[in-house]
Amino acid sequence: MNGFIDIAALDDIPRQGARVVKTPQGCIAIFRTADDQVFAIDDRCPHKAGPLSEGIVHGTSVTCPLHAMVFDLATGLSVGADEGAVRRYAVRVEAGRVLLDAEFLLRRSAA
Amino acid sequence: MKQRLVVIGAGMASGRMLEHIFEAGGDFDVTLFNAEPRGNYNRLMLSPVLSGEKSYDEIVTHDADWYTSHGVDCRFGESVVKIDRENRVVYSAQGGVRYDALVIATGSAPFIIPVPGKDLPGVCTYRDLEDTNAMIAASRPGAKAVVIGGGLLGLEAAAGMAARGADVTVIHLMGHLMERQLDPAAGYLLQKDLEARGIRVHCKGATKAILGNTRVEAVLLEDGTVYPADLVCMAVGIRPEVRLANDAHLDVGRGITVNDQLRTSDPAIFALGECVEHDQQLFGLVAPLYDQAKVLAATLLGQEAAFKPVQTATKLKVTGVDLFSAGDFAEGPGREDIVFRDPGRGVYKRLILEGDQLIGAVMYGDTADGSWFFDLIKQKKDVSDLRDTLIFGPAFAEGASANPLAAVAALPPEAEICGCNGVCKGRIVQAIEGGATTLDLVRAQTKASASCGTCTGLVEQVMALTLGDGFTAIANPPMCKCTDHTHEDVRRLIKSMGLKSIPAVMQELGWKTVGGCASCRPALNYYLISDWPTEYVDDRQSRFVNERNHANIQKDGTYSVVPRMWGGVTSPAELRAIADAAEKYSVPMVKVTGGQRIDLLGVRKEDLPAIWSDLNAAGMVSGHAYAKGLRTVKTCVGSEFCRFGTQDSTGLGIRLEKLLWGSWTPAKVKLAVSGCPRNCAEATCKDIGVVCVDSGYEISVAGAAGMDVKETEFLYKATTEDEVMEVIAAFVQLYRENARYLHRIYKWVAKVGLDWCRAQVEDPVNRHALHDRFMQSQSVYQADPWAEHATTPADWAPVADLTLRAAE
Repeated sequence: MNGFIDIAALDDIPRQGARVVKTPQGCIAIFRTADDQVFAIDDRCPHKAGPLSEGIVHGTSVTCPLHAMVFDLATGLSVGADEGAVRRYAVRVEAGRVLLDAEFLLRRSAA
Repeated sequence: MKQRLVVIGAGMASGRMLEHIFEAGGDFDVTLFNAEPRGNYNRLMLSPVLSGEKSYDEIVTHDADWYTSHGVDCRFGESVVKIDRENRVVYSAQGGVRYDALVIATGSAPFIIPVPGKDLPGVCTYRDLEDTNAMIAASRPGAKAVVIGGGLLGLEAAAGMAARGADVTVIHLMGHLMERQLDPAAGYLLQKDLEARGIRVHCKGATKAILGNTRVEAVLLEDGTVYPADLVCMAVGIRPEVRLANDAHLDVGRGITVNDQLRTSDPAIFALGECVEHDQQLFGLVAPLYDQAKVLAATLLGQEAAFKPVQTATKLKVTGVDLFSAGDFAEGPGREDIVFRDPGRGVYKRLILEGDQLIGAVMYGDTADGSWFFDLIKQKKDVSDLRDTLIFGPAFAEGASANPLAAVAALPPEAEICGCNGVCKGRIVQAIEGGATTLDLVRAQTKASASCGTCTGLVEQVMALTLGDGFTAIANPPMCKCTDHTHEDVRRLIKSMGLKSIPAVMQELGWKTVGGCASCRPALNYYLISDWPTEYVDDRQSRFVNERNHANIQKDGTYSVVPRMWGGVTSPAELRAIADAAEKYSVPMVKVTGGQRIDLLGVRKEDLPAIWSDLNAAGMVSGHAYAKGLRTVKTCVGSEFCRFGTQDSTGLGIRLEKLLWGSWTPAKVKLAVSGCPRNCAEATCKDIGVVCVDSGYEISVAGAAGMDVKETEFLYKATTEDEVMEVIAAFVQLYRENARYLHRIYKWVAKVGLDWCRAQVEDPVNRHALHDRFMQSQSVYQADPWAEHATTPADWAPVADLTLRAAE
């Protein structure tokens, strides 16, 4: 297994919403913006481990549902006064399917 | 001997290519096949033909004489059936033609959605003159036409038929029109303009079937809507016409694969136009096709040339609709937006910057500066010096002033600031200099910003300029950083301007961000639900997690499940079902709540639909323990069992809970009914409390027992249960219609005054009206969300599970 793998149809993810992919290293949140951009980050807020996939998506940012920390989906960096970052994963859309770069799975299991 | 050039397809791209070849004096024997029985005309101009602004003759680009004079052997109406690559021969039904070089320019075919009825007479696409003539014939005044597809082509078809007097409906699958060229704000303005021309627009509409016996009669949507139709035009997109290339075993992806020279996988065969795929890209707009024509002409003439796609801009060819879109307008990393809205004139402009460069522009209503912006995009010019005034266009850019007030300062005294009341800048300055030093005074004296209020920011800028340091902005803070309006202003404007969607509010009230934020979106969603219960559709993605998932999220990401126990009364059967569910889903904690019901804590998200469905099966529904809405009605046992009870407080509590459940409110609402003044249900610290006495029911409101502790205040003395029900429904509706989002009843009452509230519900006419509006909303929103969501368990589970893959 290498490279990008098919995760779901783009339409499985609501606009301005997210769905979760379960992996051995924890859940990854796949976000879809109002204009159909797709981003993937760890589904875990660095503050108190809130599930970011359940946050409100606005523009290309998400607000954590537990304590309202805001992250830029594209950079994984927190926005505003709080400091923090979440890990990003490469993801792309082809022919209406969402493909996730599963390289990280390989690296971890090889190690 | 002359080179033999065969061209398949007489469209705009191949026509332009032949022009270039002949202009350069290229010496070819040209044979031109075309399936359509005519030569090249300007397909872009079909829309003006449809609307009656032009005739077919005016849009012909190459007539028969032109082909004759260049010695082109025209095979119009003759379809090519096969390409023999080995012998370099092209076959039609009439026989073969040899070639040295072959150009495939078969263009594209309209996409036909595979629904029942798609082949009925009266269904057409919008691609060529035949389609256009069919639509013209069908567009007699009063005829009903349905256009499926709200993209560029579909809207031009709709506008054309509407101009001829047809009654047109556009059905569009996506949330807003022209979603590939426009963002939601501009899409909203476009929809408004089209609706003003009498075109009905149905977004988020999926076509289920086209109905009719011998010909088209109506279109049926998935949501059950039926639109009668004499003609249906499908304009949902195009796909490259690649059948010939496929049969000839050329490399074909989505289109015929070509390199920078437009050469296919066979060195003697070239392709251009809408049928090709270059660098994984397809082409539908005319500008890149003309570039291809130039490059292919050069290649065929033996010159060096390479095709490089450039940015293209889009304009909609509908008379009177001013719309412009260029470059890349998606949000993204390191990108910034500059947004300008002038709701009075229906103007929206959005510029997208990446680093020092302008990379995209979307404009609606005023596109005069479009070409200037498009130039900046194409030149990749460093715009950092212009940034502050960039949105105002070239007129201000040359001034090179970095002061954001400069634009306002530069306005002449006769420039209109307030569109509603026609107040110009000079009049406002005059008032300020005459002593109107606060916004309220300016409003009182000039009426500027006193109607719709959207020019408040501009008025304040004029005040800042005129007063200098003497100016301080008003104290009531705006709703959030996305707007300058207060909650109260937004609520008032939603009603007075009839705004019925989140994009409409953001556009008309000049939102400064593109999609709002986690603070304003839930508030707007609530205001719209409250004000337009039967028209607005709840936006689930604008809700906080608890309301979106109908369960309270816990610190570890699990949820709590609380079934409703009407008035705090349960039964052995319900308790058994709760116990079964707790065991079946290994619920870590079962707890009795303060609101007289049972909380199952620690349920995993993917188990929610199943546990809900089990509880539903036992007759229980959601307790809305997560909602800005009715929570519980706490009761004591009352006259039924208690030796002190004066009335049936338990029964009244159940009736009230059954009346109020499911309603959305600005913040949570808790009630209690006590059967006597001993007040065992603690009714006097609730949002609304009822204390029963011998002579009736004392209703008091605005209590609190949370961050603040406050005793309720007396509102109304009722003599019957029915009167209690009506007064409380009316009071809740008053709260729903007037309070700021997240304000509990006690905070709202403190602002508006209890006397005002009492006057509203004491007046019988007003009370009935409030009660009726509440019941109308309940007719829509009183539905169990558990039952609805339990039917789609897949939506609640992870969308993919890679834990097994990793083990492989």
